[in-house]
Amino acid sequence: MEMEQSGMFMPAQTVGTVLCCICGVAMPPNPANMCVRCLRSRVDITEGLIRHAAIVYCPECHSYLQPPRTWIRGLEPESKELLAFCLRRLRLPQRRIRLVHAEFIWTEPHSKRLRLRLRVQAEALHGAILEQAHMVELTVHDRLCDNCTRAQANPDQWSAVVQLRQLVQHRRTFFYLEQLILRHGAAVRAIRIAEADHGLDFFFGSRSHATKFVDFINGVAPIRFRNDKQLVSHDVKSSIYNYKHTFSVEISPVCREDLICLPPKLANALGNLGPLVLCTRVTNSIALLDPLTLRSAFLDANQYWRAPFKSLLTSRQLVEYIVLDIEVESAEVHIGGSKYVMAHAQVARITDFGKNDTMFTIRTHLGHLLNPGDYALGYDLYSANNNDFDIDQHKNLVLPETILVKKSYQEKQSKKRGKARTWKVKNLNMEVDTTSKGRNDEKRNTEYEEFLRDLEENPEMRFNISLYRNKEYQPSEAASTADGDDIPSIPLEELLADLDLSEDEGNQNGENMDE
Amino acid sequence: MLLNNPQEMTISLSAGVQFENNCEVGVFSKLTNAYCLVAIGGSESFYSVFESELADVIPVVKTSIAGTRIIGRLCAGNKNGLLLPHTTTDQELQHLRNSLPDGVVVQRIDERLSALGNCIACNDHVALTHPDLDRETEELIADVLGVEVFRQTIAGNILVGSYCAFSNKGGLVHPHTSIEDLDELSTLLQVPLVAGTVNRGSEVIASGMTVNDWTAFCGSDTTATELSVIESVFKLRDAQPNIIVDEMRKSLIDSYV
Repeated sequence: MEMEQSGMFMPAQTVGTVLCCICGVAMPPNPANMCVRCLRSRVDITEGLIRHAAIVYCPECHSYLQPPRTWIRGLEPESKELLAFCLRRLRLPQRRIRLVHAEFIWTEPHSKRLRLRLRVQAEALHGAILEQAHMVELTVHDRLCDNCTRAQANPDQWSAVVQLRQLVQHRRTFFYLEQLILRHGAAVRAIRIAEADHGLDFFFGSRSHATKFVDFINGVAPIRFRNDKQLVSHDVKSSIYNYKHTFSVEISPVCREDLICLPPKLANALGNLGPLVLCTRVTNSIALLDPLTLRSAFLDANQYWRAPFKSLLTSRQLVEYIVLDIEVESAEVHIGGSKYVMAHAQVARITDFGKNDTMFTIRTHLGHLLNPGDYALGYDLYSANNNDFDIDQHKNLVLPETILVKKSYQEKQSKKRGKARTWKVKNLNMEVDTTSKGRNDEKRNTEYEEFLRDLEENPEMRFNISLYRNKEYQPSEAASTADGDDIPSIPLEELLADLDLSEDEGNQNGENMDE
Repeated sequence: MLLNNPQEMTISLSAGVQFENNCEVGVFSKLTNAYCLVAIGGSESFYSVFESELADVIPVVKTSIAGTRIIGRLCAGNKNGLLLPHTTTDQELQHLRNSLPDGVVVQRIDERLSALGNCIACNDHVALTHPDLDRETEELIADVLGVEVFRQTIAGNILVGSYCAFSNKGGLVHPHTSIEDLDELSTLLQVPLVAGTVNRGSEVIASGMTVNDWTAFCGSDTTATELSVIESVFKLRDAQPNIIVDEMRKSLIDSYV
């Protein structure tokens, strides 16, 4: 070739025909000087190859065994992964034989046979390369893999349990955690999820799954936990011990919007933060805000559990107030992603409003939200009866009469009560013990409603949660666009379209429209 | 397989010849129109094959060259002369001078390529040589053997003496020779050539068989197809046959290759 390109004259070379030395048929010359048929009849290059082999298949989890102990999943029938797997089992001698082509021959799946047709090339005598087709039949033996045997023997067998508890009177935390767990898929390996009072139990098949789950919770809530194990069985000969592991996880009882009176030591340690603080956010650390000075602090989980404290008043004790007058005092302050404005306000309790003249003049941090005539929720310290050890510890403490916590949309939301929302959330499938005493379904439902309302009002809470578009929602004609003040609702861009895999409707792929 | 003709010169083709269980007849013998050289072997059967065919016509000489038995590949010759490599001992040279007919010039030449049988292929009129042969050797060949010398390659191989065998009637060359090469060589040699194999597909023609104008000897592995090709190209069949044999032949053979 190169000689031709360099301009040298190459005379034409036509290959002549020779007679095959065995059968005498005219053929172009080849290294063996025999025609292909004679060569094939003399030399069988597939001599050493195996023609029958066996593979093991688990009918439960549809996996194939790769000896000695690995089970490979995801091998579809007549797929190229299955072809590669079968070829590996055949143990072709790579030095002598070259595999040119391999394909499946269709067999009925119930026949438990796989047929392959291979084309191999190998050197026959005198350097002539011969290509030959070779058929292999693989027998499929059914055998349950180890995991399936164990699962079938005792389907509820768990070896690790994570017991999440929070000693408060509401289940808001667990609703929120449920959404977080769904979003991050932390409980996919859980065998069972059961509801217990004050918390949830997650059952896992192995200790490592449970540890991973506990690590996940550690990253989203301020917890302390301990790990214990119980001996189930013991194999003397191989010294293998089987345990049941229990992780007791306690979440701190401090929740969002709680009023807390800090113990004096902690208040000093945090820079003399006014003993009364509001808890603004709980992730794996607790964010505290002093409503009267707009100072904030963060408490790590370790810091909290070294000197744990309880809330003074929780959000169940929130009382509704009406704002009579408001006077902005300071400029906007940004703390931890939210803005606050210090203001003086004159408020009266709704129960007092119109009936008597009880009014309170207070300082509040919600100056940016409130206008005269608005409703707000706050803690009524004026009439609260506190039996807290920490408060008594503080000498010369003057309690404000009211601390406002958030704006209330109660009145407007009463119009919307009963109407469907544009969005919905998914739920974990928990086993709920319906027969135990002390369960109050109605209370549960109201708490859930409040949780959903919370989600609507707080964009930062929605950050880690997947919300799905509610298909059953139809906007009514009498849409309340005439409402003066907008009720906070979730904008459409935040909602995910739910992935619908049913065949009768058109394909709706779940596009992630997250911000 | 033997085709006999009751004439003075029996034209024959001997197949099934083996030298100590080796089918490479051309390595251990050298056949020309004037004489035949045979290697000193273990058993006499090899010698006796040649004896039985040629004893009346030409001398069959047992010899060694340079102490080896591969005499067919070391020497080159025709009816006019015989060329021996420089490694031939004096006794061998003398023995050959004594045994061969007087008309044959026996010459020992000094050539770097000492396997003359591999380098030179000749009949009584033309010789093909290795392209790297010395000038003096070429002149010597022309003198001693009385031939026209051409430097050639066969199917890209420089060892022309191994890959072709030709007599004054025809020739057999390496199977991979292209048609153009075949035509060119045929023109040079002025004999019909065919590309084929010997000894069941072996490409080394001159090792597998040895031939002169009326006889050919082939190794035992040669298949019937190869034999028929050899017969036809060296014209070993088309002699004047006996009438009886002719009639028999007509009924036995249905097609000529």
